[in-house]
Amino acid sequence: MDAAPSPAIGIPRNEGPTPLFGAYGIVKRFGSFTANDGVDLEIRAGEIHALLGENGAGKSTLMKMLYGLLEPTEGVITHKGDIVQLPNPEAARRLGIGMVFQHFSLCENLTVAENIALVMPKALSGKALAARIARLGADYGLHLDPSRPVWSLSAGERQRIEIVRCLLQDPSLLILDEPTSVLTPGEAEVLFTVLERLREEGRALLYISHRLDEVRRLCARATILRAGKVVGACNPREETARSLAAMMVGTAVREVTHRKRGTPGRERLRVDRLSLPAPGLHATSLRDVTLSVAGGEILGIAGIAGNGQAELFAALSGEIRAPSPEAVRIDGQPVGSLGINARRRLGAGFVPEERNGHAAAPLMSLSENVLLSRYATVPLTRFGCLKLGSARDLARRVIDAFDVRKAGPDPAAGTLSGGNLQKFVVGREILAEPGVLVINQPSWGVDAAAAAHIRQAVIDLAARGAAILVISQDLVELFEMAGKLSVLNDGTLSPAVPSAETSREAVGLLMGGASDHGSAGGSLPPVHEMAPVPLPAHAH
Amino acid sequence: MRLDLVPRTRRSSLLNLLSPALAFVAAVLIGGIAVAALGVSPVQAFVTYFVMPLSEIWSLQEIALKAAPLALIATGLAFCYRANLWNIGAEGQFVVGGLAGGWVGIATHGAEGMAIWILPVMLIAGTMAGAAYALIPAVLKVRLGVSEILTSLMLVYVAQLLLDYMVRGPLRDPAGFNFPQSVGFDPAARLPYLMEGETLHMGVLIALLAVVLATIVLSRTLFGFEVRLVGASPRAARFAGFSDARLTLAAFAISGGAAGLAGIAEVAGRIGQLQPEISPGYGFTAIIVTFLGRLSPPGILLAAIVIALTTIGGEGAQIDLRLPLDLTRAFQGLLLGLVLGADVIARYHVRIVPGGPSSRAVP
Repeated sequence: MDAAPSPAIGIPRNEGPTPLFGAYGIVKRFGSFTANDGVDLEIRAGEIHALLGENGAGKSTLMKMLYGLLEPTEGVITHKGDIVQLPNPEAARRLGIGMVFQHFSLCENLTVAENIALVMPKALSGKALAARIARLGADYGLHLDPSRPVWSLSAGERQRIEIVRCLLQDPSLLILDEPTSVLTPGEAEVLFTVLERLREEGRALLYISHRLDEVRRLCARATILRAGKVVGACNPREETARSLAAMMVGTAVREVTHRKRGTPGRERLRVDRLSLPAPGLHATSLRDVTLSVAGGEILGIAGIAGNGQAELFAALSGEIRAPSPEAVRIDGQPVGSLGINARRRLGAGFVPEERNGHAAAPLMSLSENVLLSRYATVPLTRFGCLKLGSARDLARRVIDAFDVRKAGPDPAAGTLSGGNLQKFVVGREILAEPGVLVINQPSWGVDAAAAAHIRQAVIDLAARGAAILVISQDLVELFEMAGKLSVLNDGTLSPAVPSAETSREAVGLLMGGASDHGSAGGSLPPVHEMAPVPLPAHAH
Repeated sequence: MRLDLVPRTRRSSLLNLLSPALAFVAAVLIGGIAVAALGVSPVQAFVTYFVMPLSEIWSLQEIALKAAPLALIATGLAFCYRANLWNIGAEGQFVVGGLAGGWVGIATHGAEGMAIWILPVMLIAGTMAGAAYALIPAVLKVRLGVSEILTSLMLVYVAQLLLDYMVRGPLRDPAGFNFPQSVGFDPAARLPYLMEGETLHMGVLIALLAVVLATIVLSRTLFGFEVRLVGASPRAARFAGFSDARLTLAAFAISGGAAGLAGIAEVAGRIGQLQPEISPGYGFTAIIVTFLGRLSPPGILLAAIVIALTTIGGEGAQIDLRLPLDLTRAFQGLLLGLVLGADVIARYHVRIVPGGPSSRAVP
């Protein structure tokens, strides 16, 4: 099934050597959503090729097709000039493609050697395997004790197991999906040395990242994706982090016109030097986050997913309690140690990023989903019994006000399309007329019409005097909605600046954590017009 | 080639209702083959298993008496399993409930003047003791993160040995010729019979009441909503402000209380005294009943009746057809497997995908 030679139709004949792997005219559609739209990519032996793009740009989809996890809707993949089919990862591995995933697939209770043996041909004995692990470790500096159980290892050591697993199969192409996202700077340094060594051996590496300084250090060629399309190819070393960021976020997007805003009211939401330890292995710790939102104001928090957005949201909503009550204030009242319903009773509303399973229970009806976030503040129960009629009425009001399209009178939330369910969960909170609204990724994965509806509703809510915090990685959305912007990078929040006085490039640069301007999590230019929130540089 | 399960976007309610019935038919057919292989006519076996027990008053009462504790325990367990909490120690909670309630009956033996209070106090004591016993694994889980599966199971053996010790030691009937059993309860300490001269007692009504109550609580109260939400979407439940710890304690208390009540109802009903063994494994069989009933109280009632029927029928088949009792157990296991399998088919499209086995779920 693999390496079936066939006439190379549709492959553009380029000058120069035949690439090791090529992808031409790749289109991948999920229903009506096009994740990859005519993507071309060539990977040569002996290079580290960067695949750059914001979240949702289509990087993951493309690499899953290269690894046989997804099949392209259109387009061809070639190996040394021959068209190949990759129906499953097994076929990809036979062609010499290895992949290191962002989230590891290891059995915690097994040892390092056992985890590696799981994916190896059965013929290999335990002793021979241990010897090969030791030899690889010595050769590449990937030191691993084969007898250690995985649960006792750090993230960096776990990643080493994944890399060793791939190397044991002697791959000609190694795909790495955001490999440094879980590593400490020291661990990342070790990884870079290994990757450079692999390149020198003539292997090809596809390096997926949005960290611009890493890409500039490692890669001589980069392909940049935006909204499923290749928007550029370049040598990252000839570019600045700033110009790379500009390509990633897109300079062709129209500049937003700012509406006239009234004078902001009193401060309604305040976070004071909030620090939180990371709640899990793949989580981010928050460091000294300070922010303030006044009534009538929308503060946008930009940042690439995984930099503390989920943790910040949980700390604001009360799903994670803050270390001190004063760390979070709603309308001046310290709420850091209160739960989510106590905060709702003080007039706060929350819309989490994930619709299915967080904001809403997909298997439950819309009226039960209204109950979910409103039972504490609206009389939907009497003596502990549900007033199902009132819940249905409230659901109907949300559905009417936000034009939620659905099948049947009270269907399960999971049967709604993404956009309609998002309108429903946003509408559920906005109809409560919250004084403070915290909303994470308001229009993620939502069609343009629904996104516009949601943004407008949030802007109107601010105009009625609410303080709104929008967390998003969509810069177009943030510039459209927010009057002030901050960037969350690696758990650190930059001071807010008026969005009219900064540029998408400047924000994109900070999102990538580039160090052109001071340290990671530095401040948005222009510095002299920063918001009047004093932020001690490193007080802890 | 591999099998892929694709969730059905819309679940057919007809298929939902039909799938356990189809599973039952399939179990009967497979059981028939097994019976034929043992050299017995499958038709005759079917009649002995499923028709004879329904044809006589005494065996109908036996079915009800066996189904009642199963339904009561399983209804309680549904609260735990719905919320993804794995209490598998209902057998121990049943025993402790029977022991605590039975102790009240023994302590008041021969007492006069408060006869009317004895039975209610016994039932309450049994319920409270079962709930308290179930709270041990719950507290360990909430406070220390100990797996409730292990602790609840191990506490079964503690309870059984405690009962064994008590009836051989402190609670032994002094005039009982050293037999390991307590005094027989006074009539005031026995659950009344529903009909003169028959075996059916009030425990059956208690179980029915519990099923009705649980149905209402699960579908109509905020607490029931909490239980369902935690099971369906734990993160959404935290977003709704429900506390995992509080629910863990509550669900374990409810399931333990139900098991304890079933225990004292059995002791004060059918047995009438304490003895080393008071349960033929009701607490474990109830786990099967809970899943056969798909975690809904009306379904559990039906499942309890089916399991009781096959148990009584199995006893008949053992006597009349010399079929081994293990066949009944095998049939009950087969039924559970098929019902769960049919559920998967009702919930997912099964697709056969050509190509090698996928080493990783494709999102």
